[in-house]
Amino acid sequence: MAIRSKKTQWVENKLLLFVLLWIAGSVCCFVPAANAKDVFANDGLHDPQGPSFNELQRPDAAFAGFPVDSVGNKVRWVQALRDGIITPRTNIVPDTTIKILDMDLILGNTGDNAYVRFPHRAHTEWLDCANCHPDPFKEKFGTSGIKMGAILEGKFCGKCHGAVAFPLTECARCHSVKPDTFRGKFGVQPVEKH
Amino acid sequence: MFNPLKNTNRTMTPLALFVVAIIVLLSASPVLAEYADVVLNRHAEAEGVRPVIYPHWFHRIRFRCKVCHHELGFQMKVGSNDITMAAILDGKFCGMCHNDETAWGLEHCHRCHSGLPGLKTGIRGDNKAGGPGDY
Repeated sequence: MAIRSKKTQWVENKLLLFVLLWIAGSVCCFVPAANAKDVFANDGLHDPQGPSFNELQRPDAAFAGFPVDSVGNKVRWVQALRDGIITPRTNIVPDTTIKILDMDLILGNTGDNAYVRFPHRAHTEWLDCANCHPDPFKEKFGTSGIKMGAILEGKFCGKCHGAVAFPLTECARCHSVKPDTFRGKFGVQPVEKH
Repeated sequence: MFNPLKNTNRTMTPLALFVVAIIVLLSASPVLAEYADVVLNRHAEAEGVRPVIYPHWFHRIRFRCKVCHHELGFQMKVGSNDITMAAILDGKFCGMCHNDETAWGLEHCHRCHSGLPGLKTGIRGDNKAGGPGDY
């Protein structure tokens, strides 16, 4: 038998190591997937010993048939509402008024990034005016001092986006207006037909 | 024939790493909390019950934000509402709906008090709005 050089042996060992780690990785990817059939069994939150563990609705069942997103709950919540796939109640107290405001703002103080188009309609379909005004957003345009850093820290838009609404990884959903083609004025925009 | 026991350390190393990798990867299997799962444990465990797992995503299928965050007065920051069982029994917070009328009543303790021991109050999911360093 030919004597293998040290270098050949070293390469063989590395190859063996690579193959074994690859197998290990594959095995471990499949094992949690098998456990994840019941997402609550392995979510680090729910106690499978809890007496009502089996009574709780799982997200995969709750979201079945909803328009699919790629992030967050992987649900297009605004679309689900508009398409009538979900019909969440607007009020419990009978005399609460519902105010849908169809008004877009364009925020231009965005540094090197695209301007932000903020749709009041999508927000007021879910929220009350008082949820955002006057805290954290003052009604007068341009006076709230919104900064991306503060948003990332959970202030302003970050109170919801990054917690319960689509996360802050989706820059272009807000920063959607290209400065080099925008010819209008910042602030309130003319109403668009939806 | 390949016999790991008779081989030198050089060939044992990959095998040992293989075993270690399996163990490490399995023990670190991903935590799959749903986006906007909320843990409430300000009072629960101290009072001798499991922490509450509040599925925010479940509730928004059925109610718009304004119902809880405007009509019911829930502050929009986790941990900023002093939710006690006494207040709920009094018809405040969760008790506004969980009263056997709008939603099932308070006899189903374990549907809410369903969390693992030792969980910290906070919002779970991919991202959190809890302060610097979350991103």
